[in-house]
Amino acid sequence: MTAASPPAAPPPATPRSEFLAGARDQLPLLLGVVPFGLIFGALAVAAGIPALEAQGLSVFVFAGSSQFVAIGLVAAETPALLIVATILVVNLRHMLYSAALGPHVQALSLRWKIPLAWLLTDEAFAMASLRYQKEDRRTAHWYFLGTGLTLWASWQLSTLAGIVLGARIPENWSLDFALPLTFLAILVPQLKDRPSVLSALVAGGLSVALIAMPLKLGLMAAILGGVATGAGLETLTRRRAAERESRQ
Amino acid sequence: MTRPELWLVILGGALATFAVRLSFIALIPPDRLPDSVRRGLRLVPPAVLSAIILPGLLSPAGHLAMSLDNDRLWAGLLATLVAWRTRSTWLTIAVGMLALWGLGLF
Repeated sequence: MTAASPPAAPPPATPRSEFLAGARDQLPLLLGVVPFGLIFGALAVAAGIPALEAQGLSVFVFAGSSQFVAIGLVAAETPALLIVATILVVNLRHMLYSAALGPHVQALSLRWKIPLAWLLTDEAFAMASLRYQKEDRRTAHWYFLGTGLTLWASWQLSTLAGIVLGARIPENWSLDFALPLTFLAILVPQLKDRPSVLSALVAGGLSVALIAMPLKLGLMAAILGGVATGAGLETLTRRRAAERESRQ
Repeated sequence: MTRPELWLVILGGALATFAVRLSFIALIPPDRLPDSVRRGLRLVPPAVLSAIILPGLLSPAGHLAMSLDNDRLWAGLLATLVAWRTRSTWLTIAVGMLALWGLGLF
């Protein structure tokens, strides 16, 4: 035996080992996901949505914050098509994830792209994009699938548990108020800089001012107004910074 | 809302979400996303959430109620403070609900 033997190379990744690694790496994130699933199930029932449809939102839409938004709008008697439009707007940010992972999955067949796109949530994106930064990406799509399916299954089970739980909570507990509170808990950490704060303030203010608009169209107008104002401020700040730099 | 309408929301919302996620994976080359759109998208979630929360707090019955006896407004303000200081979903919900129940006693 010579002392100078090179360290053993890690065993080559197989589809199975990648899938399991993806599932395992998702586990810490479930700490944040499972409570939201529970709350979602319970609040959907509190908003008067039947159990089957509440679970249906988790199975098919599979996008946490937009599902919360949807039950809020259902409770407020918003027309169905406007709710669909709002779900679309809330989930538009997934376009960023799609653009970031797109180059890595270009070579795969549509048979892979469809399920991977279906599973592309905030949490799956977080783990999959980390995996694609590492070496040997040939089997990385199995990792993506493992991490995405783990999240999907957990979201379904926690929603179901929430539905069962929610049906047992008395109505006079005002559980419906937990929905805006959940939104607050999601919103506040996102207010990281001036453009995001301005977007939120303008959208909120417009939404209150336009509350009498028919078909809840005021909501869409408020969202557009908020995003446009925030984006305007950001552009202005960038331009100022660029001018300052060019003067130096 | 009737059940067929609910299923319209579910399947329509699912299709819309799936189309967004599939966009740059299978439909459009990924280098086609302009920087301005990239920056604007970041601001959408805060705008949507705020546009939904504020009317619920300020006008729970459909008209502006910025008065001392609007329990939801005060409970919401307290919850905002908790969310800001702790970043904890559970604490935000717990404090907000306890505040609403507590104010309801008076």
